[in-house]
Amino acid sequence: MDFRFTPEEETFREEFVLWLNKNLPDDWDPSLYRNYDSQEEWGRAYSDFQRRLFDGGYTAMHYPREYGGQGKSLMEEIIVSQTLFSTCPELRYPGVVTHGMAVPTIFICGNEEQKREFLPKILDGTHIWCQGFSEPDAGSDMANVSTQAVRKNDHYIINGQKVWTSFAHLADYCILLVRTDPTVARHKGLSYFLLDMKLPGVEVRPMTQITGEAEFNELFFDDVRVPEEMRVGEEGQGWQIAITTLMFERVLGDAIMGAAYETNVQKMIEMASQTKRSGIPVIEDPIFRQQLAQAYIEVMVLKYHGLRSLSNQLKTKIPGPEGSIGKLLWSEPNQRITEAAIGMQGPNSQIMGGSPWTIQDGYWQYNFLRAKGNTIEAGSSEILRNIIGERVLGLPKDVSRAKRK
Amino acid sequence: MDVTLSKVQIDIAKEARRFLYKECPTDYARDMYGDEQGFTDDIWVKMADIDWMRVRIPEPYGGMGMDQMDLTMVLEEMGRVVLPGPFFSTVLLASEAIMEAGSDLQKERYLPRIARGEIRGTLALHEPDGGADLSHIQMEARKDGDGSVLDGTKLSVPDAHVADFLVCAARTQAGNDSTQGISLFLVDLSAHGVSVSLLPTMDGTRKLCAVDFKGVQVGPEGVLGELNRGWGPLSRALQRAQVGLCAECVGGAQRAMEIATEYGKIRIQFDQPIGAFQAIKHRCAQMYVEVESSRSILYWAAWAQDYGDAKEAALAASVAKAHCSEAYTHIATGTIQVLGGTGFAWENDAHLYLKRAKANEQALGDPVYHRERVLQLLTGR
Repeated sequence: MDFRFTPEEETFREEFVLWLNKNLPDDWDPSLYRNYDSQEEWGRAYSDFQRRLFDGGYTAMHYPREYGGQGKSLMEEIIVSQTLFSTCPELRYPGVVTHGMAVPTIFICGNEEQKREFLPKILDGTHIWCQGFSEPDAGSDMANVSTQAVRKNDHYIINGQKVWTSFAHLADYCILLVRTDPTVARHKGLSYFLLDMKLPGVEVRPMTQITGEAEFNELFFDDVRVPEEMRVGEEGQGWQIAITTLMFERVLGDAIMGAAYETNVQKMIEMASQTKRSGIPVIEDPIFRQQLAQAYIEVMVLKYHGLRSLSNQLKTKIPGPEGSIGKLLWSEPNQRITEAAIGMQGPNSQIMGGSPWTIQDGYWQYNFLRAKGNTIEAGSSEILRNIIGERVLGLPKDVSRAKRK
Repeated sequence: MDVTLSKVQIDIAKEARRFLYKECPTDYARDMYGDEQGFTDDIWVKMADIDWMRVRIPEPYGGMGMDQMDLTMVLEEMGRVVLPGPFFSTVLLASEAIMEAGSDLQKERYLPRIARGEIRGTLALHEPDGGADLSHIQMEARKDGDGSVLDGTKLSVPDAHVADFLVCAARTQAGNDSTQGISLFLVDLSAHGVSVSLLPTMDGTRKLCAVDFKGVQVGPEGVLGELNRGWGPLSRALQRAQVGLCAECVGGAQRAMEIATEYGKIRIQFDQPIGAFQAIKHRCAQMYVEVESSRSILYWAAWAQDYGDAKEAALAASVAKAHCSEAYTHIATGTIQVLGGTGFAWENDAHLYLKRAKANEQALGDPVYHRERVLQLLTGR
């Protein structure tokens, strides 16, 4: 057992940190929680920076070179991702769905043409992707998807609606789950498509979220004609492929969130040293000291659990049962941590960015609200506990769900 | 980086489970619950025969010189059966303190006999007014010729009633902070002026004692390590003991979770197994989250004691102690709730897990103490 990087891994990490310090965008200020006024500027900043990573040889470390990867190991990918998310998460978030879901799905489930056509353009920053899974009547009950794709010769005609689609307003393509056969069991009638967002009949309507920003959208499809080459896998395999996608979203998420939140705790300690209550720094108050330490403890739990899951996966090549809890270990602590941070600020916690009294540029105000989405997106806490209870612990399904097909 | 168990470690765990299930399953903990000694001599001899006392003791002193992580494998299994008896106090308190602070002569005198299971020891640390603050040591050791005289009372001393000697932490100098001016003394339980009384405790599976010292004389050879500088080695020994408790917590929590889950599958109410209800299922799933995350942090803390730097070892021990012990209490509480009236009944094992969980949570620094320590280590103040 060894929790340290090998000397080679450590050298690689140091080289990347040096490279990163030279290649961060000139106009990007790490002290601001948001550097870009509009969503479009944010998307462009992501794409430009992704291009730099690609040119520097620091993207998709573990994917083969013919698809735009670097032909190295998953360990190097983790080192790069962790460093990026602890240094400049803002420059990565518009690509979270792209790299966390679209890339592994296309790489694992896509055919040779799809891999050669789509992967290089993702990795060099040309394309941003979004994920069309959720619908108004298919939230946690994902098998209830009703957006239809009807086959017509060598095309499918798609009609229906998706919702909560993050970054669709910036996206060039969408990984899309639709119903191709309404006559079979619910999860057997689904198929998986790669959808060009510029096709006629695709409409994106931004939705304003709890933070006041519009990062997610409604998607409408009105007789959208999609060539059959854009289907991933066979007709009816959509559910299986979607599950694979979600699994990868979690693995990537867990490994990088530990790094991102470690930076958060440092920021929280700085905040508590500068913010006062009764005229003395909050960090000197025994109750808040307990909360700061607890935040650190929860982040260490996430970090070391992530390393253990990753290590097992590197050895056995499949995500083990311990991997199923990673998302609960970042989403729920992030809510507790941001709540504690707000609580340390007293009435000043109500002041958003833009005032001379704003604390840390409004970072905690934004994150307190944003964190409320963490336990909903990418598998709600309730669905994850169902999965753990049923697939890991072997508890029975409840009667109403067991009866459904 | 490789955070997986070695073949040897997996084998240690398997062998430990086989032995403990055969020799001392939870029935043994029940038998010993009200027993004054709290363990049987034959089990002690058998554990010594399979080398458990000597795992961490260096080879020159008759031990195997293995890592904290190797011992962790055994301790997880001990936690699983809520093993009673003085293994923990001897091996993780007394023995580690001697290994950290002792002179060659002191090590030669104690360690080989501990390794063979011939003597038992413990640590006298807590005082009536100290609460969970480990360095709040007020008991004074007065200089007397070339020796010292100990006067005072120590509480919550594990297994002192069956120990041959104890390591006693006492104040020999007033310090700028509480960690300065502490010295460690090796005291034979048979020494004149030492009296031990068994405390009536909530957890009958681990006996705690009050130890009174009345003019107890200790010669210069009884000073363990340097005078006035006892806290450094003591805190390192305590870290290993804290991580040891974490291993017990993880093993116990794992078994408590299994009891709840097994019950959830077979107990029928409203025409279905109660584990099908999300109120129960999610509670069990959360137990799994807490068990596995505790295990991850335990492995880090155990590894850090041998391979991390001083700060990482201290941080990891406190992070782990706060997290694993709270998780165990939470899980054991949940198990009783899932089992309903059955879990509240004496004849079910659930209460054994809850009692040990609470005892471990409060022992060697409670979560409040360890969180404060985490922040001090992180920020330097």
